[in-house]
Amino acid sequence: MFLAVFTYYPILTSAELSLYRATATVRSHTFIGAGNYLTLAADPVFHQVLRNSLEFLAGTVPVTVALALVLALAVNRPHLLVTPFRTAFFYPALLPLIGAAAIWLFVYTPGYGLMDVYLRKLGGGSVNWLQDPTWALPAVMLVSVWKNAGYYMLFYLAGLQTISAELYEAARIEGAGAWHTFRSITFPLLGPTTLFVLVIASINAFQSVDQIWIMTAGGPDNTTNVLLFYIYQMAFMFFDLGKAAALTVFLLAVLMGIAALSFGLLERRIHYEV
Amino acid sequence: MRSSVTRRAGRGLRTAAWALSVGALAFVWLFPLLWAVATSFRPPGSLGSQIASLWVQHPSLANFREAWSEAPFVRLYYNTAVVVFGILGAQLVTITLGAYAFARLEFPGRDLLFRLFLLQLMVAPSSLILPNFVTIKTLGLLNTRLGIMIPYFASAFGTFLLRQAFRGVPRDLEDAAAIDGCGTFQTLWHVFVPLARPTLIAFSIVSVVYHYNEFLWPLIITDTDRARTVTVGLASFTQSAESAAQWNLIAAGTVIVILPLLVLFILFQRRFVESFMYSGLKG
Repeated sequence: MFLAVFTYYPILTSAELSLYRATATVRSHTFIGAGNYLTLAADPVFHQVLRNSLEFLAGTVPVTVALALVLALAVNRPHLLVTPFRTAFFYPALLPLIGAAAIWLFVYTPGYGLMDVYLRKLGGGSVNWLQDPTWALPAVMLVSVWKNAGYYMLFYLAGLQTISAELYEAARIEGAGAWHTFRSITFPLLGPTTLFVLVIASINAFQSVDQIWIMTAGGPDNTTNVLLFYIYQMAFMFFDLGKAAALTVFLLAVLMGIAALSFGLLERRIHYEV
Repeated sequence: MRSSVTRRAGRGLRTAAWALSVGALAFVWLFPLLWAVATSFRPPGSLGSQIASLWVQHPSLANFREAWSEAPFVRLYYNTAVVVFGILGAQLVTITLGAYAFARLEFPGRDLLFRLFLLQLMVAPSSLILPNFVTIKTLGLLNTRLGIMIPYFASAFGTFLLRQAFRGVPRDLEDAAAIDGCGTFQTLWHVFVPLARPTLIAFSIVSVVYHYNEFLWPLIITDTDRARTVTVGLASFTQSAESAAQWNLIAAGTVIVILPLLVLFILFQRRFVESFMYSGLKG
């Protein structure tokens, strides 16, 4: 029986690992060494894709995480309305990204889409959000913020529960104001949560491209093309498997980098719980 | 006396301000969903200025009828159900065995192996679409439901969650089971699994939601309706309806696709929220 567990398990593990290694075998059709990487390094689209990915990361992660914290603080109190509020913020996390994107496609429709209609009421002008090179990426990013903020909010709520009420009591007696209390008690004690959410959000930022597929298909002019979408395009629309494999290796390196950065601290968290 | 009255009034005012501002934000968050539901009930073809509002003048089910007939939703739902529960079933077996191995068995390289496993937490299969596609193609499983499921049969996330739960099982119970003549598998089944039930339920909910919503991977693996899942069906449906600006139809299709999870969520709200919270706490 022990044997069964022992053998069964490594087989699964290696099956899983073999999926990773398959990256290398793709290129072996004709060996061109670093050829694909050199082509990529000289590829202006790749440069743009990198810039877009970084912009997506820098534009969504801090905003979403900060918003998640604000939402968590806002709904962390006993009140009848707290449950419906939490539900309202959290539900987008359960929707398929592709379904959410179908709705947002309409939000951004020029002329009579929700965004234009309501902006017009506020006196704003009409923008063709998804076709405008300046606005397309922010428009796609907004969907991601809307979808994930409520999800990360849950982690902050869980984190808030672990802070002892005595600390707040002490702060109150000392006469600390709300901002001061937040800065010297709440925020520092939520440190591990913030770190954890930042890691999750960063990894998600590189891996959520469903909305791009349906909303912009990477356009206009590659302004919303990000790494994973470029892999998809390269492999399944341009059928350049070698280049796509090189891109995959690059993406994996980025993810591993994020993982390595956070690993030590996450490990420590794990030990706390044992 | 008076100061307590003013203080109470002040608190009431602050609560009202809180409810109003957070409520307004919650309304903004809900708006896309409310709009989609409202629009799906509007008679087909009615565009105009009222399309951006939430008010429906003459509710009709025509969009649902049309959407239902234009995409093979029964087939798509069936595929999704098979994929989602197939994955879940396989995962529950593998993570139970795996978590037990990592939590209780001593074997050389265990910690290294576990670290390798944790690494997979960082690398969701969506970034491995190409190598996984090549593997599935080599296996001859393109356009099959099995092809969509296989990469997910092992779950690092689930193994990790369950390992934590298994480590909390008291040794005494294990010993008692052994004295009663239970083998490893019987102990696993009668002692570990029941005690780890909350973890298993939380993992199941997260897994079902994740795989129901998955899009890019099933899109790549399938190129006919034979094995397609609802998300892929919705995407192609939306693309064709978008070019004709049939927003009522798109809204109806979207509602059809998001309804099952949304209904489950409303029914088991606490369970869902707790599961997702728990997945983060331990992950």
